[in-house]
Parts: sequence; structure tokens; C-alpha cells
Amino acid sequence: MDKLLTFRTSLFSVQIHPGSLKINCLLILGTLVIAVLSLTTGSLWINPLEVITEIADPNKGQHTFVIETLRLPRVVLSFLVGGALAVSGLILQNLIRNPLASPDIIGVTSGASAAAVFFLSFLSGTLGTEWLPVAAIIGATITSLVIYLLAWRQGMSPIRLVLIGIGLAAGLGALTTFMIVLSPIATSMMAYVWLTGTVYGTDWQDVKALLPWILVLLPAAFLMARTINVQELGDQVAINLGVPLQQARFLLLAISVALAGAAVAYAGAIGFVGLIAPHIARQLVNRSFAALAPASMLIGGSLVIVADTIGRTAFLPLDVPAGVFVSAVGAPFFIYLLYRQHR
Amino acid sequence: MYPLVSQSLSLGYDGKLIINNLDLNIPEARITVFVGSNGCGKSTLLKSFARLLKPQQGSVLLDGEAIQKQSTRQVAKKLAILPQGPAAPEGLTVYQLVQQGRYPHQGWLQQWSEEDERVVNRALKSTDMHELMHRTVDSLSGGQRQRAWIAMTLAQDTNILLLDEPTTYLDLTHQIEILDLLYDLNERENKTIVMVLHDLNLACRYAHHIVAVNNRTVYTQGLPERVITEKTVKDVFHLDCHITQDPLFGTPMCIPHGKGRHVREKAKRTDKNSQDTYEAAVA
Repeated sequence: MDKLLTFRTSLFSVQIHPGSLKINCLLILGTLVIAVLSLTTGSLWINPLEVITEIADPNKGQHTFVIETLRLPRVVLSFLVGGALAVSGLILQNLIRNPLASPDIIGVTSGASAAAVFFLSFLSGTLGTEWLPVAAIIGATITSLVIYLLAWRQGMSPIRLVLIGIGLAAGLGALTTFMIVLSPIATSMMAYVWLTGTVYGTDWQDVKALLPWILVLLPAAFLMARTINVQELGDQVAINLGVPLQQARFLLLAISVALAGAAVAYAGAIGFVGLIAPHIARQLVNRSFAALAPASMLIGGSLVIVADTIGRTAFLPLDVPAGVFVSAVGAPFFIYLLYRQHR
Repeated sequence: MYPLVSQSLSLGYDGKLIINNLDLNIPEARITVFVGSNGCGKSTLLKSFARLLKPQQGSVLLDGEAIQKQSTRQVAKKLAILPQGPAAPEGLTVYQLVQQGRYPHQGWLQQWSEEDERVVNRALKSTDMHELMHRTVDSLSGGQRQRAWIAMTLAQDTNILLLDEPTTYLDLTHQIEILDLLYDLNERENKTIVMVLHDLNLACRYAHHIVAVNNRTVYTQGLPERVITEKTVKDVFHLDCHITQDPLFGTPMCIPHGKGRHVREKAKRTDKNSQDTYEAAVA
């Protein structure tokens, strides 16, 4: 075990685990490398050095359109989506004290999916597609609220939340399939792509719309880091230590729903990131939320960038939805980590 | 002075009444032990004293003020409870666990003060967990794990310590180890300790004040040597027994009647029989 670093002034004191700090710095570096590599690849290959000079000074380069307009917003959005889902999953896994929890469980994905498909099938004729994220967020919020209220009986117990969430997700899944079957081929194609999860056709507008959510929710999650750590010890221990449990749980659930809901609204149902990124993070850094959250976010973000880069380059001229490769890249890596851990 | 008091306290789950209209005072700087048969409500009572359970009627007073009305963080600085069979998340080290005990004393800015560090180190020392502090909790033996959790509640730095069956699932050696630790904490630091124990004989040895819970209320309470009688055991545990003196400590010792091998009077005959069988077998 490494030594812990302590910083203290009269008003402020904090303890830092140097190993986790180092890993997080390496992850930042890794994410930057992945982002730059992603910007270089595509139907037009651009030298990494050119990419860097281009970003540093957009007026100088020759590929302004390809990089600034096509690729960069897509990479940034991928990172934000992956990061938001990862932190959402991390909060949920700690809250429910079950490593298999993911944003799917609290109805975010199923609710957003049902609402999005409903929108595509029945409303997209009258309203423009820019309303699709709004529909998805409304669906996610309503479903999560219904699950929360159904799970409430003199307080909310995580296990009831999981069971009701699974039940409702199954019902909404059936409804979604039903709507797809009923709708015309063109609509069901769009619905399928949305359900797999894609960042195709992202522009800066999308990034601008998603960024405020992340900028508010992540610091909020950080402020609750100590509470998250404590509530992982069990309900009774958490109350004993002075956590206002129901209040804290509601807040954490709300943060988690909002993070996942916002991400899903802009990139479709890429649920798997929320499950595996926190797991990978746990293998790398120490158990406290303050170390796990940035690590999860960087890993989740990188995963979606990698998945989307493969998706848009490997089968040119096809643009395969990122969701396909999140699972394709994530699952083997996940299994490898579990295998290594149990050896 | 009674730091914890219940006033006409009624407790229950789902409409089922478990404790009915109870007035009980917990003496300061003493070890109080709740005993009673399974499901009599002794754990429920302990939980309500730590605001883990809301009373249906009546109230629990901590330092003279209703515990439900005090901020939960303020309560956490005065009173700590170790629930039965707590579970640490996988991979958490002893040190990380014990640090969590400082939660009620910390804030967003003050996350690891010098006092936090001092109290955590003291808790690790007094539970003898110093050497094991970097091990993960799930890799420890049952007794060590229980000591780690006690260290966490000690890090809370409270005057009152409540423990729900701290010796369950431990072998006899570790039961004694935990109880000795609690006894020392009471002796050295004058902590008020309240716990639920299943073993009546150990309860009688360690408790200054024993509370026998039965039939939704307190059947009797006081010094063990005064209140633990054959009639008490019969009424509270529905067990016929003989009460004798612990040959080492002189505290009451309960010897249950019932079945089993009687070797005392029949000792000689049994010996002779086995000798006979042995000779028959040889022949």
C-alpha cells in the first residue's frame, strides 16, 4: 500500500491517495491520445501533428471543416456521453450496493427509448428531430420517477428499486418493440439506430446542449463523495454516521438519472458503458468515490470515442452506430479484467 | 444521570407491536446488556435507542432531548451503534473503513484534520488493529473483522456505544476478546456501553446492569447477581435451569436442565460397563 498524502491548512484538509492520482493523470493522458488519434482517422487520414496545430489555431490548418465541424464535436460529445453514463453507473452501483447496477435499472434507458421511439413513430412528422432529445429526457425522468414512487414504502429500499426497475424496463421494452413493428420501415430503421446508440451527425449545438448538464451534475456528485462512500457501508451504518439517508439517496438518484438521461438523449441507448466503466475504474484506483469518479468518467469517455471511431472507419462508407462497438470493445476487455482479477 | 432514556416507548413493524409503553433508563459509564429470547424485541429496542427505528409512540431521549428531533449528524457525534453483522464492500481496507467513522466530524473543506488522524490512530490502537490496517476487511477472520468495525465506531469518538450482538458467529476465544475490549473501553474511557448478548453467562460476567426483555416490556433489570434467578430464566427464556456461581468470577452462572449424558452419579457404572465390553471384545 502506498503512503497517503495529506494537505492541511487551517480551513482545509484533504487526504490523497498518490497511486490513484497517478492513474487518473495517466488516464487523462490516454484519453487525449485517443481523442487525437480519433481525429486523425476517417475517410480522410490527417497527420496527428496537423490535428494538434489545427486545434491550437483553427485559422492555420487546411482541414478546418473536417476537424472542426465534422470530427471534433463528435469526439467531444462521445466523451461527454461516455463520461456521464460512467459516473451515473458508478453512483448507482454504490447506491444499490450491487456491481451489476447500471442506468438501465432505474428506467433511464428503457424510458428514454420508449419515449424516443414513440416520438419517431408518431410525432416526428409534426415536430422536428431537434425535439428528440427532449422527448428522451422526458421519458427517462417520468420512468425513473414512477420506479422511485413504486419502490417507496416507508422509505426507499434499493432492492425494491431494482426489482421494480427490471419489471418496468421489461414492460417498456415490449412497448418499444411493438411501436417499431407498427411503424413504417424508414422510421423503424431510425428507431433501431437510436436504440443501439449513435453519435452520428453530431454538431456543436449538441455539445452545447449537453455540456451544461455535465458541468452542473459532476460537481454535485463530487460534493456528495463522502456520503457516497459512507452509504456503501449499509443503511444502518450510514444512519449511525449521521447521513440523512432518504434525502441523500433521493439526491444521488436524481443526479444519476439526470446524468444518464442527458447522455442517452443525445446519443441513444448506449447503456453498457455505465455498467463496465466503473468496474474497470475499480480495478485501477482505490475505492473512494473521489478517485473512482474521474477514472470512470475518463474510461467511459474513451470507450465511446474508441467505439465511435471504429464504427465510422472500419466499414467505410457505412457508419456503424457506436453502441455496437461499445459492447464489442467493452465486453472482451471487461471479461479479461474479471479473469485477471480472479486468477 | 441517564444519557439514554425511553419514555412510554412503543415500537413495532407493520402494525405488529414489539415493545409496549416502556420506560427505561440506561446508566452512564456502565455496561448495560439486553438479554431475552429470540424475537423478544431486544435488538429492536437497541435500534430505537440509536434512532435507526422510529417509535410508534413515546420517545427516546438522548442527553434529555428527543433523539428524533436532534440533527442526525449531532446524534452521530454523541452515540455510535454497531449493527448486527455489518458488511464492508469488497476491497475496502481496515484503514479506509475506520476513517469513515470520522464522517460526522468532517465537512466539505475539512476532510482530514489532525484530530481525524489522531482519533483514527487511537481507535486502531485500542482495538489492536494497527498491524492489520492495510489488509482488506474481507480478508480478515471473524474476530478481526468485528474489531475493525468496533474501531470504526470508536473513530466516531462518542461517549455512548451501542452494539447489537457483537459476538455472534465468533468462536469462544474471540467472543471473550471482543467483550474484554469493550470492558477495557468502559474502564479506561468511561464509555457508556449498551449491547445485546445471547450468552447469559457472559452477559452476567460483563454487565453492570442487565435488562431482561420479555413480553413487549422489561421483565426485570439491575445487577446480574440480584436479578438473574431461576425464576427469571424460566419466565424470560422459558427454560428450567439451576443458577450457580461462576467458580472464577462469582457472577451468576446458568446451567440448563434438559437432556444429555449424566456422567456424575453413573460414573462408576459406566466405567465398569465399558471395561466389560472391552474384555468381551478381547476374548
